[in-house]
Amino acid sequence: MKFPKTLTIALAGNPNSGKTTIFNNLTGTRQKVGNWPGVTVEKKEGHLHKHGYDFKIIDLPGTYSLTAFSLEEIVARDFILDEKPDVVIDIIDSTNLERSLYLATQLRELDTRVVFALNMSDMAHDRGIRIDDSKLSELLDVPVVYTVGNRDEGIDDLLKKVIEVAESPKGLPKERRVKYSKDIEEAIAPLSDFIADRVQDSFSYDVRWIAIKLLEDDAVVKKRVLEGTDNHHGKIVLEEAHKHRERLTRQYNEDPGIVMTEERYGFITGIIREVLKTSRKSRVDVSRNIDLILTNRFLGFPIFIFFIWLMFQMTFTLGAYPMGWIESGIDLISGVAGGLLPDGLFKSLIIDGIIAGVGSVAIFLPNILILFFCIALFEDTGYMARAAFLMDKIMHLIGLHGKSFIPMLMGFGCNVPAIMATRTLESRKDRILTVLINPFMSCSARLPIYILLAGTFFAGRAGNVIFSLYLIGIVFAILAGRLIRSTLLKGDTAPFVMELPPYRMPMFSSLMIHMWDRGKIFIKKMGGIILIGSVIVWALSAFPQNIQFSRDYDAQIRGIEALYQAKMSEVTVPAGEALESARDDAIAELERARSAEKAEKSYIGRMGKVMAPVFAPIGIDWRGSVALLTGFVAKEIVVSTMGVLYATGSEEEGEVLGNVLKTSGMTPLAAYAMMLFVLLYIPCLATIAAIKRETDSWRWALFSVAFNTSLAWIVAFVVYQGGRLFI
Amino acid sequence: MKGQRMYLSEMEEGQTGVITRVGGDGSFRRRLLEMGFIKGSEIYVEKYAPLKDPIELVIKGYHVSLRVEEAAQITVENVREGKA
Repeated sequence: MKFPKTLTIALAGNPNSGKTTIFNNLTGTRQKVGNWPGVTVEKKEGHLHKHGYDFKIIDLPGTYSLTAFSLEEIVARDFILDEKPDVVIDIIDSTNLERSLYLATQLRELDTRVVFALNMSDMAHDRGIRIDDSKLSELLDVPVVYTVGNRDEGIDDLLKKVIEVAESPKGLPKERRVKYSKDIEEAIAPLSDFIADRVQDSFSYDVRWIAIKLLEDDAVVKKRVLEGTDNHHGKIVLEEAHKHRERLTRQYNEDPGIVMTEERYGFITGIIREVLKTSRKSRVDVSRNIDLILTNRFLGFPIFIFFIWLMFQMTFTLGAYPMGWIESGIDLISGVAGGLLPDGLFKSLIIDGIIAGVGSVAIFLPNILILFFCIALFEDTGYMARAAFLMDKIMHLIGLHGKSFIPMLMGFGCNVPAIMATRTLESRKDRILTVLINPFMSCSARLPIYILLAGTFFAGRAGNVIFSLYLIGIVFAILAGRLIRSTLLKGDTAPFVMELPPYRMPMFSSLMIHMWDRGKIFIKKMGGIILIGSVIVWALSAFPQNIQFSRDYDAQIRGIEALYQAKMSEVTVPAGEALESARDDAIAELERARSAEKAEKSYIGRMGKVMAPVFAPIGIDWRGSVALLTGFVAKEIVVSTMGVLYATGSEEEGEVLGNVLKTSGMTPLAAYAMMLFVLLYIPCLATIAAIKRETDSWRWALFSVAFNTSLAWIVAFVVYQGGRLFI
Repeated sequence: MKGQRMYLSEMEEGQTGVITRVGGDGSFRRRLLEMGFIKGSEIYVEKYAPLKDPIELVIKGYHVSLRVEEAAQITVENVREGKA
């Protein structure tokens, strides 16, 4: 079916106004999540076909205002100014009318058609709040619709109103905007005329709005005026605005921007007086009662720790089942591919390269989905804000926000979802810092390496040794956090002005949508960067193909076969079985020696040997170097590479590998240095991809690679060389 | 009668005051004003976090948290026990 008309609708509103719920209700699963160009602010876009229209719906970032102080606000404002949506829907939290109207008055000042949705009107009603919608509509000259987002009520009325407004031939309502005090209006009027005379043609923006923003000293608008005009006229306008600002500053002994903010609230107070009736119902404030327990002085922390424990329990116990299915699925595919494909390079590429590489990451998908489901649950119920409230004091010591705690904790599971979870942080600096120090939280993929090395060299004390590594990781996260905060990400930490919204019953569909948004990113990554990385590492270890082996393994294997063949023909059945297994052992021994030699002579083996001088001062031989190099794809691979290089066969034989490591000359000190290196060095490929995505810059991703790896080397060097002086 | 004048950070749990001034640097001030921390608004201290920082406040009918060091930039007067 073709829809004759497309209407672009932007959803604006305060954080926690139920905006996302309405967006989800409107668009369902037909939504696209991406970033706004050039910034790491999430952009959500969806479509809806109804009433003969194709609605393109953009979910603007939730903001309290439209000034130029945060990326979210700039993004939202620029969209309205430059993309000129047909209608902007302002989602107003009816239980919070006064504060919500602040954004509403700013939208009215912009040159755009607005519809107000008085959302959560049921909750307002329960609290004895009555809003006179026709009066509100009349006072601001804006159509008003009641909605209850989480029950899907009023959404259709809202759409009808949107169509009506979009199709209305009536021009934009210019009256009934905020009226400022006489002094300010006396600056706005001449400045508007001044702008209209000189630079009007260059802009499609409303002149009164430009004048107001220039009086507020809005950095973005000032820049636009300079860029959008020839420099001369732009400068004249800015100078004129500056004169007015100086005069007003002298008059009020205060910044005009501040005065205007106060006056907007004054204007709002006037509206509130006319439209809002609060009847004092004797009501139980459920949310407040919940907080009496959840942020209680004594119970707050234990309950928080319990929730976090529950989250990890769910992730790992519930996740274990689908993890098993995916594992067997991968084995199955691997087996089928193995049966279908002829032996050779291509088969090896498919099975050892692609299936093994992507498979090792794919098995984490269930854990990641469950983690994100829990995060969505924390967010949608309102508990996330309480977690931040509890943890802020501690996190602030590292220069972070309370909300950084959950991503940091998730890092112990896997850094990739942890880094993606930093999106809950509003400030870009906080977000980048949390992303950068996240890899120091020792993820579960590093655990097998610790278990191998600590189990072998620190038997009996392995638990303490591993625990010390986790602690050292935390200490380095704190130190690195402080260092980066005081150098590269200098500046004040974002003020902790955080709303504690009322607790809400989450909607299951919303939770699923939020979980899936993140899951999709993870899956895309597996198909992209992880696939490529796996193929590269496979190629480095598979080539060159024709290696000059030091001995003729094939001939030796044939020799053994012939030898046992002869022996077996002479003995009875039970003795034959013993001989058979002895033969298999001998052959396996030779095959292990062959794969070890093959690995040694492959490109990656040669790289390891080239790198060996770099790793020697920290007590790691060339085989360890190769293992660490392959750990770049995924840290789990380190143990299996060591298994191949030390010629012990499969990685399950941890004990065997341990014994070989001991005889290879590795000391407990070297093992500890290696574990420290593994703890701190280059994040895995998937993590680097996540860092790049969430910081929207290769610079930070490369910084992370260089910073972590050099730090790891220095720490391992100090421990290894320092330790040798004492032992 | 103006009542007692003090910093918001000095108020105790369960007290109400009236904002007289919001200090601090430009963007912080602006942000607070936009969220309703306007001269003359009543503000109620709901509770301090278990580690005594941040503070949960009620202003214009909603709950919001501020760090103690930030609350120290806000002057209040007419401080009294109980909710407005």
